[in-house]
Amino acid sequence: MAAFTVARSSCRLLHGLRSAFKSHVRINGAAAVSARSDVQLLPRWYSVSHLSVQERIDKKRKAALVGGGQKRIDAQHKRGKLTARERIELLLDPDSFVEYDMFVEHRCSDFGMQADHNKFPGDSVVTGQGRINGRLVYVFSQDFTVFGGSLSGAHAQKICKIMDQAMMVGAPVIGLNDSGGARIQEGVESLAGYADIFLRNVMASGVIPQISLVMGPCAGGAVYSPALTDFTFMVKDTSYLFITGPDVVKSVTNEDVTQEELGGAKTHTAVSGVAHRAFENDIDALLNLREFFNFLPLSNKDAAPVIECHDRSDRLVPGLDTVVPFESTKAYDMLDIIHSIVDEMEFFEIMPNYAKNIVVGFSRMNGRTVGIVGNQPKVASGCLDINSSVKGARFVRFCDAFNIPIITFVDVPGFLPGTAQEYGGIIRHGAKLLFAFAEATVPKITVITRKAYGGAYDVMSSKHLRGDVNYAWPTAEVAVMGAKGAVQIIFRGKENQEEAEAEYVEKFANPFPAAVRGFVDDIIQPSTTRLRICRDLEVLASKKQTNPWKKHANIPL
Amino acid sequence: GYLATAQDSQAAMAAYRVTPALQRVLLALKQVSFQSRCCIIASRTHYSAVYDPNEKTFDKILIANRGEIACRVIKTCKKMGIKTVAVHSDVDSGAVHVKMADEAVCVGPAPTSKSYLNMDAIMEAIRKTGAQAVHPGYGFLSENKEFARRLAAEGVTFIGPDTHAIQAMGDKIESKLIAKNAKVNTIPGFDGVVKDADQAVRIAREIGYPVMIKASAGGGGKGMRIAWDDEETREGFRFSSQEAASSFGDDRLLIEKFIDNPRHIEIQVLADKQGNALWLNERECSIQRRNQKVVEEAPSTFLDPETRRAMGEQAVSLARAVKYSSAGTVEFLVDSQRCFYFLEMNTRLQVEHPITECITGLDLVQEMIRVAKGYALRHKQTDIPINGWAVESRVYAEDPYKSFGLPSIGRLSQYQEPVNLSNVRVDSGIQEGSDISIYYDPMISKLVTYGSTRAEALQRMEEALDNYVIRGVTHNIPLLREIIGHPRFVKGDISTKFLPEVYPEGFKGHQLTDSEQEELVASAASLFVATQLRSQRFLGSLRVSTSQQEQKRWELSVELEKGVHAVTVSRLGSTYTVEMGVKSLDVTSEWNLASALLPVSINGTQRTMQCLSRTAGGEISLQYLGTVFKVRVLSKLAAELSRHMPEKVPEDTSSILRSPMPGTVVAVSVNPGDTVAEGQEICVIEAMKMQNSMTAAKTAKVKSVHCKPGETVGEGDLLVELE
Repeated sequence: MAAFTVARSSCRLLHGLRSAFKSHVRINGAAAVSARSDVQLLPRWYSVSHLSVQERIDKKRKAALVGGGQKRIDAQHKRGKLTARERIELLLDPDSFVEYDMFVEHRCSDFGMQADHNKFPGDSVVTGQGRINGRLVYVFSQDFTVFGGSLSGAHAQKICKIMDQAMMVGAPVIGLNDSGGARIQEGVESLAGYADIFLRNVMASGVIPQISLVMGPCAGGAVYSPALTDFTFMVKDTSYLFITGPDVVKSVTNEDVTQEELGGAKTHTAVSGVAHRAFENDIDALLNLREFFNFLPLSNKDAAPVIECHDRSDRLVPGLDTVVPFESTKAYDMLDIIHSIVDEMEFFEIMPNYAKNIVVGFSRMNGRTVGIVGNQPKVASGCLDINSSVKGARFVRFCDAFNIPIITFVDVPGFLPGTAQEYGGIIRHGAKLLFAFAEATVPKITVITRKAYGGAYDVMSSKHLRGDVNYAWPTAEVAVMGAKGAVQIIFRGKENQEEAEAEYVEKFANPFPAAVRGFVDDIIQPSTTRLRICRDLEVLASKKQTNPWKKHANIPL
Repeated sequence: GYLATAQDSQAAMAAYRVTPALQRVLLALKQVSFQSRCCIIASRTHYSAVYDPNEKTFDKILIANRGEIACRVIKTCKKMGIKTVAVHSDVDSGAVHVKMADEAVCVGPAPTSKSYLNMDAIMEAIRKTGAQAVHPGYGFLSENKEFARRLAAEGVTFIGPDTHAIQAMGDKIESKLIAKNAKVNTIPGFDGVVKDADQAVRIAREIGYPVMIKASAGGGGKGMRIAWDDEETREGFRFSSQEAASSFGDDRLLIEKFIDNPRHIEIQVLADKQGNALWLNERECSIQRRNQKVVEEAPSTFLDPETRRAMGEQAVSLARAVKYSSAGTVEFLVDSQRCFYFLEMNTRLQVEHPITECITGLDLVQEMIRVAKGYALRHKQTDIPINGWAVESRVYAEDPYKSFGLPSIGRLSQYQEPVNLSNVRVDSGIQEGSDISIYYDPMISKLVTYGSTRAEALQRMEEALDNYVIRGVTHNIPLLREIIGHPRFVKGDISTKFLPEVYPEGFKGHQLTDSEQEELVASAASLFVATQLRSQRFLGSLRVSTSQQEQKRWELSVELEKGVHAVTVSRLGSTYTVEMGVKSLDVTSEWNLASALLPVSINGTQRTMQCLSRTAGGEISLQYLGTVFKVRVLSKLAAELSRHMPEKVPEDTSSILRSPMPGTVVAVSVNPGDTVAEGQEICVIEAMKMQNSMTAAKTAKVKSVHCKPGETVGEGDLLVELE
């Protein structure tokens, strides 16, 4: 079995792509049908010859606007999906879209594809640039009504063109994915197209924000473009992401699984962690994407955006003085703390349903975008495990890449013990979060609300990892471990364990041991946390810190 | 009293009995004028009665209570220069009353039986702190004669009536006899052992139908049956006698005249140990649900001066009859002919005492403390005024859409009292961040407003309710706001059946009129535009310039209660002109998007709205006229495209509780058949040496429990199913 797996894995990508072709044929019966009917319509007939250029332009433009035609548009609507152009219209400010390559057509001449009625101006993707709340963005939107949105060489070339320009200008790229897969008729040309996009995804990574919104099928090799971008969002019930579809899964592993179970929004937002968030439908997703976009700088050359803010930066939050429960074993909701500290209680959570023991997302402080990382005591006591470490690490690295200050709320009892974690490689995955915090040079502010135990204390943006401002609340306990465990080691076999425990609590279950050593800069009244952070961010806005020159670091992947 | 005996529940399990007191008093100071009182009230502490620093009372008082009433008592103590001791359960260690008091003693764990009702611990706290007197508040030990006796034995003053008065008024039958002897109108009836059904019928006929039958020993309206004819009397006899024997081991039955559609009006009395007694006018407490008061006012619209005087004098004669001292309340039922009948006497400070303080200018707690020390009253009956009108709304953490209020719990994530308004008094014992827990009464506060006229007081109440910010728990402000504005209530046409009569189908929130709907739609559309415009205001120098021109006209579609309204919005400064068909509304607001309160002027009409949530998808929850409305604002384009969006079948996960993580079940707090409130703890899972409380996602009955304490559960394991 193992051998089989190894043998298989070497050609997994190929398989994936092959399956994509299959699913393409299945999903997009229309494309196949048109290819077949084409054969009967030969020989070709050029109807445009007697039209003037202007007429031809108008005609092409008109054709481009309806994509695969009204029938396919209706079918798309019937699936509960919007067309590529409707999506762009909703995503961008009114009348701001500037389209590129409306006249580009595919260049395939096999299987009757060269026939006129198989040519669609613009092919199966709409590309261009526009504005979201006035700010520049490049966008491509795959058109499922044209050959099921399948990726032709021309399609890929259109996407690459706007990506190249986005890189030169320094503006984000948003991809709206809705594609059956590779254009089978084009063969390797299509594969090359994918790779061209992948390369640009990689080159743009950390230079401009890249966002993928999966709004339909995305299978086989195509999935790697969303996977390479910074954020992958999905639409519930109408979008799927998988390497191989249910049919191939059945034939290879004999598993019975539906599309939704295998690669639906729920799977990827809760189980696999592939997608960062899912939305109810196309409209909800696009409107949320607009809101999300406002948090991001246009490129790594820009500072985190600052927006007009109505929330006073010196607002006190009296509720925070009592938010940490009286019993130190009782849970509370870290989101309560986050919501009450940030501007207008607005928190755009990333991966809210995955590894819930860590909370990450974007907010603003006095109008400026910040990235928030917080242990969640409500879930698994807020411990760090494989999934939460990876989730946190990726988020921290995004913030660092795009000049977004990081605010970390710490209440962590340690790393999760157990064979599942050790066998799963908690050591190397946990190291990712450590790595990410350590290498980050953006302003880093840390607030220890309660527990900061063991190695997890070090990891969570501690002073030792170049935290700029580290605060402790009076309820903070910075220690190697909880009192009980510590006493069992220090006073092994001795009597008076209870007394020893009390002594340990007195000594270590408070913020003083860290404060006297300068490992926290101050012990603050929780109600003043917002005020302090806002003030610190003002100061740290001009922070300059550089890491030693290197080709790139070698994060433990 | 069968209608409203349990209204002052400080804790569900506490026995209710407290003290009204009466005896002598001398008038030491002239009444402060109404006007000057207004000013004082504006600042949250409101008491007008002047404190005489030469009059020595106690050095230190322990308050054997929690929440708002403990805070209320502490405020007066502070004014009188008395040191205060708070007692508290462990979960209350950070409570407001603990912070306010000079000293605090923990008297036990959360359950009231182990803390606030724990006499041993409280006696120990008294000894330890050297408190000279105890104010019991209401509920808990306030009407507990054993507690009063133990205090007396240790020479500690009980701030309330004497033990014998507590006892006499605590017994329903004895209190009625005393009342009868004191020439107080009582409900015609029979109380004693009824041999058989025939005798019951004879008695019923004598009294005249309808009659009410119940076990004498049963409290409140419990086990009460109404009989309109002989047949029903026999049936009522059968049930009640069975219940009397089985539940109480006491065969006596109470058969008395049933007063249909009665009002509940009570007289505040105040007496001293010298035999002086005053009546401080009435409180109208007819607005009730499940025998609990919701809205009270003083005076009553219903009483004429003669009736008031007659009721007051009878109340005082009852107080005298039991040598009552301290503050107390005599409750009456009043029928449509203004005939009034004695119900019972509460030998304690009532929850709703502030409205009496507002119209009379007295500080009842101060008077109680003075009287307890042995001073005579400072006022004569002729000095007791009715100045203006006061209304009290009890703000509860409960869901008014369910049986006019089922308890809800949670953390007050945001909390802001409307104390910046004049003529508003808020008595509360919680603050932002406080937990409303299952252990105690879910009352958030008593919101009191007053004015020189009733209309003024009601108007101010509406404003106060609109300006009250409560987030994190479900609350009953929608219901309160509706009652205050209801035409029947405004007219004063009320009875104890007001709520079931006005809302026979249950409370459904405010029903919008057409013009109100337009106001709401226009406001939501303006708020939407304000939000959109704000999200374009990037500050600082930008490397890539933004497109600058502002959209001139916004074509929007506003969805409200299944209706869709097409509107066009244009903005000039802070005025948004909203065109809706042929109508045009001017909405003026600064739309501070961080503020919980949104003052809006709509075509010149001032409103205060609250925005509870806004989503990127255009969903806006707006509190308007007390009720929260869900509005969806979309651009015209998005609204048109919405029709293509698939209908979603909501997945019901609220009835299934699964373990969110692997761990050990530490405790299971429910059994099959129990009813749990939304947010109530169902079980506790321990993981990583941390206890995680699993709570109910909705209020429901428990269908089945799939876990036991000590059991290990895996992630996703089914724990409890709800119905």
